[in-house]
Amino acid sequence: MEKRNARPTREIVVPGDVLDGTGMKPGENAYVLDGKVRASVMGVRNVFQNTVGVIPLRGCYMPVSGDTVIGVIVDIGPSNWMVDICAPYPAPLHVNEVPWKVEFGDTSRYLGMGNVVLLKVLSVDESKKINVTMKDSGLRRIEGGRLVKISHSKVSRIIGKSGSMISMLKNMTDCRITVGQNGMIWIDGEDENAEVAVQAVKMVEAQAQAGNLTDRVREFIESRLPQDEDEYDEED
Amino acid sequence: MSGHTDMVLVDEKGMRIDGRTAEQHRPIKIEAGVLNNADGSAYVEIGKNKVLAAVYGPRECHPRHLQDPTKAIVQCKYNMQAFSVSDRKRPGPDRRSIEISKIISEALEKVVLTELYPRASIDVYIEILQANAGTRCAGLTAASVALADAGIPMRDIVPAIAAGKADGHVLLDLNKEEDNFGQADVPIAIVPSTDEIVLLQMDGNMTREEFDHAIEMAVGACHEVYDLQKDALKRRYSKVQKEVSGDEQ
Amino acid sequence: MSSEIMSEIKRDHILKLLENGKREDGRGVADYRKIQVVTDCIESADGSARVKIGKTEVIAGVKIVPGTPFPDTPNIGVLTTGAELIPMAHASFESGPPGEDAIELARVVDRGIRESGMVDVEALCIVPGSEVWMCFVDIYALDYDGNLFDAANLATVCALKTAVIPGEQYGKGENKPLPITCLPISVTEVKVGNTLIVDPNFDEEMISSARLTVTTDDNGNFRAMQKGGRGSITLDELSLCLDRAVEKGAEIRKIIG
Repeated sequence: MEKRNARPTREIVVPGDVLDGTGMKPGENAYVLDGKVRASVMGVRNVFQNTVGVIPLRGCYMPVSGDTVIGVIVDIGPSNWMVDICAPYPAPLHVNEVPWKVEFGDTSRYLGMGNVVLLKVLSVDESKKINVTMKDSGLRRIEGGRLVKISHSKVSRIIGKSGSMISMLKNMTDCRITVGQNGMIWIDGEDENAEVAVQAVKMVEAQAQAGNLTDRVREFIESRLPQDEDEYDEED
Repeated sequence: MSGHTDMVLVDEKGMRIDGRTAEQHRPIKIEAGVLNNADGSAYVEIGKNKVLAAVYGPRECHPRHLQDPTKAIVQCKYNMQAFSVSDRKRPGPDRRSIEISKIISEALEKVVLTELYPRASIDVYIEILQANAGTRCAGLTAASVALADAGIPMRDIVPAIAAGKADGHVLLDLNKEEDNFGQADVPIAIVPSTDEIVLLQMDGNMTREEFDHAIEMAVGACHEVYDLQKDALKRRYSKVQKEVSGDEQ
Repeated sequence: MSSEIMSEIKRDHILKLLENGKREDGRGVADYRKIQVVTDCIESADGSARVKIGKTEVIAGVKIVPGTPFPDTPNIGVLTTGAELIPMAHASFESGPPGEDAIELARVVDRGIRESGMVDVEALCIVPGSEVWMCFVDIYALDYDGNLFDAANLATVCALKTAVIPGEQYGKGENKPLPITCLPISVTEVKVGNTLIVDPNFDEEMISSARLTVTTDDNGNFRAMQKGGRGSITLDELSLCLDRAVEKGAEIRKIIG
């Protein structure tokens, strides 16, 4: 096979574009028509072994069970809260799925409108009805700090290869950073540090398609927050 | 269509009043991602038509009773702004805009992978800022770019253009005068990968031969529009890429 | 203007910044965002303008047609202003006839134009008692990130300023510019916590308690005002708003010339 492997110049494709006509299998966001693999979403052409698909550039977050997400309480019922998790559908959080014993009709004492919560997606059924839980280690109500919303398709860039980007962000800004799969990111730290972290996250989102992103982000943070060399080396 | 004029719409050399030949469309300009709030957006100019399209969704479907438990619905709203035509148009939907909204929604539903988003709605808003014959085609052309820009999964992008007849000649992409004083208008939209027709209307008077010729011209032109649509989408991202990676080479 | 729920983290952050006189986008409390104006963008209109204030974008178009005057003002032209918050502009806007927000917006813009006498409506008489020029201004919000009042006012003023009476089209004499006497400019502030801020963006508007729009003319005289929102403002705050309206109004008047 003389398939060219991933090159630094990423090829942008739009719906209907032919991704392959040589017999590869359709990967994510691709379909076959008359023996040709075509794109079904705008994004970057992505070859993996014998499949070709598209990594989307934009689009709506679709919850998958097991995802960790950050959401905002947007409605309160007698036995559940409605949480906006930036998906096409609101996610109900049932009183049985929170770490407190909540009496019927007593929900608003525990979580109010606009409160921010770190949740896990329990299940998504075939009609896309979502169930979320707050009963797992680390899941909780989040207070203080900063909240940034980025496109969920850029979350993998924020994390970086085996977590390289996110650990650099955390180390260099000295912030606590929690990334929801839905593109909601919580940053907590000293005012100036948190602001730099927010800017850095937005920078990763804006330049997600570019190469050398890690170096750029490092330079940016260094220009805003003088780094103590020794301390940084130790953390590495 | 039924109007009468002494104006010569096609001269003896086959030239039209705006200097086009029978088979030429008006100049087309397409831009993707022109609005901030919308999930996807596009601006299209075809001749003197100026059209904005915005997409929101997939999102919760309102009103609820329109929800489909097996797939998303595509809800299009086509609106002509009051100052878009020579006589001020009264704001609000009329029968014409409701019909156009319906056929555009149906054309788009054919390509959108609606089954991925049960119960949801994909809302498409088309605003005609300036009208000069062919707004439904310009609107649909803009709407499908906006859908792709929103990252909505779809089989293909839908281009649209009209063909028609004036002064006895079959013409591509009628302008205002040709539409008002001509004999037929046939707006058409296709799925380029298969050449399937997803929107078709016709009014006026044509023979089978004329109609076949009109369709052939319009389908050919749809493929040209399609290239411009794809180019607009790719341009949006290559610009970002170049700005960022410019200093690397 | 919206039923959206803002996260408490974002709200607290904006409030905390304002306590130190700072805003999320780096502006001072009395700073406008970047203002961009494009006029004559719609050929089918007799006057038009597209205005951006930051990420808020509004288009306004003027149509001028001959019509019958009102019986009580038989020699005076007619000026009407309408606004639509179309669903293209924001996820919270719904289609349908204009709601109370759109109507308030149109009426506040209309008041500034009308009370300042910007358009010399007496010069719009064609045949005394039976025929006058009627000016229809239609405003559409295209992208909503706060402060639609000032964007709509500016778009309307710029559209009218460049409008041409289409005499030839209707066989009523030559085309001539719409007679304009001054440029009424509105300056809108909202109260967030205890701070008054000029040109609020969407988030700031969401957590504001009160809003005040003040329209001034070229002489810095006040021509229209509207207080909105469920909160209140003190007399001292009012005084500050009035001073800023004159100062910022003059700056904006310079931009649009």
